[in-house]
Amino acid sequence: MKNVWIICQKELKSYFASPIAYLLMAIFAVIFGFFFYSATAFFVMRGMESQMMGRGQPMDVNEWVIRPLLSNASVIALFLIPMITMRLYAEEKRSGTMELLLTSPIRDIEIILGKFIASLIMFSCVIGVSALDLAALFAYGKPDWKPILVGYLGLLLQGGALIAIGTFISTTTKNQIIAGGATFAVCLMLWVLDWVSSYEQAAWAKVVSYLSVVQHFEPFSKGVIDTKDVVFFASMIFFGLFLTARSMESLRWRA
Amino acid sequence: MIKVEGLTKRYARTVAVDNISFEVEKGGIVGFLGPNGAGKTTTMRVLTCFLPPTSGSANVAGFDVLENPLEVKKRIGYLPESPPLYPEMEVQEYLTFVGRLKGISSADVGRRVNEVSERCAVGDVQTKLIGKLSKGYRQRVGLAQAIIHNPEVLILDEPTSGLDPKQIIETRELIRGLAGDHTIILSTHILSEIEHSCDKVIIISHGKLVATDTVANLTNRLRGSEAVALEVDAGLPEAEVRSRLEQVAGVSRVMYKESRDGRHIFEVESLQGRSIRADLARAVVNAGWNLNELRTVGLSLETIFLQLTASESKSATKTAAATPEPGGSH
Repeated sequence: MKNVWIICQKELKSYFASPIAYLLMAIFAVIFGFFFYSATAFFVMRGMESQMMGRGQPMDVNEWVIRPLLSNASVIALFLIPMITMRLYAEEKRSGTMELLLTSPIRDIEIILGKFIASLIMFSCVIGVSALDLAALFAYGKPDWKPILVGYLGLLLQGGALIAIGTFISTTTKNQIIAGGATFAVCLMLWVLDWVSSYEQAAWAKVVSYLSVVQHFEPFSKGVIDTKDVVFFASMIFFGLFLTARSMESLRWRA
Repeated sequence: MIKVEGLTKRYARTVAVDNISFEVEKGGIVGFLGPNGAGKTTTMRVLTCFLPPTSGSANVAGFDVLENPLEVKKRIGYLPESPPLYPEMEVQEYLTFVGRLKGISSADVGRRVNEVSERCAVGDVQTKLIGKLSKGYRQRVGLAQAIIHNPEVLILDEPTSGLDPKQIIETRELIRGLAGDHTIILSTHILSEIEHSCDKVIIISHGKLVATDTVANLTNRLRGSEAVALEVDAGLPEAEVRSRLEQVAGVSRVMYKESRDGRHIFEVESLQGRSIRADLARAVVNAGWNLNELRTVGLSLETIFLQLTASESKSATKTAAATPEPGGSH
């Protein structure tokens, strides 16, 4: 456990010692900020309209602003995760520091977990930026905070699943660009997979769209924790880290 | 301290290390000598548990590399050919990280970092980024990293490669100073390196063990054979000059190097125990040619390998048993 923390600490330091952490947070802040502004502006306009029409029904901030924003955040995350995971192993392999890690008295699993946890913390810092925007809603209104927490839990689970996959891809190459590009392609595929369900009802389409992360994130954005979605993300994390472990092992036999 | 038996490492297409066996006693410095691609690095990687052997066994400080890798790793300090450094870290930060990784408690790690920084002369750059250090400093940080947990065994892969002469001397002294506390294996493809630092030498070539011997014995075996560089201005084709040189008594081999403006340059090797310089000079002058240059060159590593492999196959002692042969047994 101590070793996991040592690796994790080292990874976090290297994220924050380089511009990458700040760049990712800045990218996310700008894009999410834009979505936040659009969603709130639309909400205010609709609110004023419905009051002028005399239909004084109260509009729900959670329903109209927070839910679409959380969905947006999950899509932005899809694009940022490759940048978090691509260097994890590719860089160590390229610079030869992998040899240091693998010849130290530490288990592979401790390296894998340390790196996974560090990138998950990095990811939390990135999406955490959105909390600043949402805080503004609390200053001017009374949104329900429970669905928001559930939404963030969903973001973390989804992020964890994609990070686990990105981690595996990073172990397969020495080239960060290849690792990043491949991870991005996989993330994108996992996002659009559920589109098949819109025109195809066959069993295979159901299976394919089941693999889509978006479908499993949707309930979280509504504030619903469904066991089957949690199981989906948890098994993706396990599967990704399992592949990483296998890949590290094969590294020894091939290298 | 280190015991390797029948070690073989096979890659998809090549055999990197082929049935090597040797033993290293506690406290000595052993040189691992061989040309590039001989299998030095692969053997070291097996010893450090980075690569598993295809067959055979390796035992370090009483633990098998396959059965007990964690125990072996605790007792080994390893400096790969290019030091495993994180350029974005400060020296102190890096050494602390490695120290913690190797199992030093957080209470002791600061003291150890200072000790090894002192020992490897990197104390003055402790707060510098590794990425900004010169090659010599990086190598020393790499060395500091390898000894931070005070390992019983130290494995250094070409510790002086890429350094300038002054740095090479400093590094050699540093390594000498580390002997005694640690059992050291260092690899190199430079013969003089071994003469300077090592007590014992293990020579491998094309993945095969060629000889295991003490440095003194090895030098004895090779003494007596000399190589001479010769520049002749003959006005004749190279082949004619060459055949003439080959007739000189005591010459074992004449290698043609190059020609410049009608002058030919050769490298001539003598038989064991023969001095050929005087005879060569006489032969050239008697033929009526101009002798432009004649000087002794050290035997190249390749030649030594050729000689050793030849003698080994003759005496058919391919095993690691360090049986010193008397000099001039050719």
